[in-house]
Amino acid sequence: MIFTPFEIQETVRMFSMQNLDVRTVTMGISLRDCASSSGSEARRRMYDKITRNAERLVAVAKEIESELGIPIINTRISVTPIALIAEPSGETSYVEYARTLDKAAKAVGVNFLGGFSALVQKGFTTGDRVLLCSIPEALAATDLVCASVNVASTQAGINMDAVRQMGVTIKDLAERTAAAGGVGCAKLVVFANAVEDNPFMAGAFHGTGEAECAINVGLSGPGVIKSALEGMREASFDDVAETIKKTAFKITRMGELVAREASRRLNVPFGIIDLSLAPTPAVGDSVARILQEMGLEHIGAHGSTAALALLNDAVKKGGIMASSHVGGLSGAFIPVTEDEGMVDAVQRGCLSFDKLEAMTCVCSVGLDMIVIPGDTSAATISAVIADEAAIGVTNHKTTAVRLIPAPGKKPGDHVEFGGLLGGGPVMALSALSSEGFIARGGRIPAPIHSFKN
Amino acid sequence: MTAIITVVGVDMVGIIAKVSALLADRGVNILSISQTILEEYFTMMMRVDLSGLKVPRAELNTELDKAGAELGMKITLIHEEVLKAMHRI
Repeated sequence: MIFTPFEIQETVRMFSMQNLDVRTVTMGISLRDCASSSGSEARRRMYDKITRNAERLVAVAKEIESELGIPIINTRISVTPIALIAEPSGETSYVEYARTLDKAAKAVGVNFLGGFSALVQKGFTTGDRVLLCSIPEALAATDLVCASVNVASTQAGINMDAVRQMGVTIKDLAERTAAAGGVGCAKLVVFANAVEDNPFMAGAFHGTGEAECAINVGLSGPGVIKSALEGMREASFDDVAETIKKTAFKITRMGELVAREASRRLNVPFGIIDLSLAPTPAVGDSVARILQEMGLEHIGAHGSTAALALLNDAVKKGGIMASSHVGGLSGAFIPVTEDEGMVDAVQRGCLSFDKLEAMTCVCSVGLDMIVIPGDTSAATISAVIADEAAIGVTNHKTTAVRLIPAPGKKPGDHVEFGGLLGGGPVMALSALSSEGFIARGGRIPAPIHSFKN
Repeated sequence: MTAIITVVGVDMVGIIAKVSALLADRGVNILSISQTILEEYFTMMMRVDLSGLKVPRAELNTELDKAGAELGMKITLIHEEVLKAMHRI
């Protein structure tokens, strides 16, 4: 098959200059058969199953990277929500489960393991309560374990008791990891409408509707989309959307090739491709800069929400055409500390917390990796979670909150986490109290699914 | 197993000689070569067959990187399956 010099050069540039990569090859592993009335027995089974299934995961990813010439940045594991697996043990803390997961992740060489999770959108079981109480200690005591809690869904409404507790949990976790700026909170996501096959951290878990084991691949490539739009300043939105779709299509096809190859070599079924524009702190790997390329002075300007809506939709359309199984979150992520352009916008005073919240109505996830003042009250954090959950529940979409109340830090201070987590300025929240609102508890009923105007 | 090797940079004497000698030593067969000037840069593209490769793939990648650094050029190797996936429906 003959390719034109332009096609070859375009591909080479995507990899070498525009930071196109496979962000993660994530193996989803069901731990349902590991549950036991004995906690130590359950943990032994979990360790054995994870290390057996994922034994070759890292080596195979390296092989594929080398042979196909496609960078694969991370290899990760997602497991069945641990509240389900640990519950039969009757134990009153699940911290030991987190330690076992951490040990297994280190043994196979992956860089994160997600699934220290509970789904409590309608209510708590005994195990759910234990898991939620265990989160601060579990995440502070481990390196690679990520936790998530689903507190709301379009079908069930919002569990405001869970929302209240998550505010307290996030504060506690930040205090336990205060020496590192509260970085433990980067490993905890609070969801509404969580998806079961998300390969991205920190929110990945292997849902109960999933197979025994599956390979899910997360792609990235904001730099590729930005480069494709360069030189199109005069073009109409029709052409902009079309260009993003075509580019997303190419990226997704590349990801599908990697996913199928990984699936074949590991003899594990291919699950889904998650085509998400997941930025990194590297220059040229920013979603914010794509919006600037569309003609905004900076992200945060009026028009940012419309620009992001177009971007998110066009990415999904191109991706869905390119793969038979698109899943996960698929769209554009707008984390703050992980995106060089977002950090720049906040530092310049261009982007407020409120504008970010508006943009989460049309992005693929939510309020992500935002450093807030250390003295923010638990009730205010819960109220932010409630707002974000309401957006997800009402709009039938996944939303998430990953806030980091950095102990001792004030608005304008800078907190650095390093690596892919980046760093950024502390953003101010409203000083008004939400205490009375959060103290109520109970459930906010599911929204009506008809009479939509 | 077919791949495309691209060599991009400022034109000079001996580029093809150096790259093709490296490939021959390691059992890589060159199927076709084309060269052109693309956006002011000399660009050479080789279609190669890797089925007779005598060294591990990772080693070939390192050798090509090293040769590129010596020539002051950027050498990349992409599997043809990647191009097929991205540019052909």
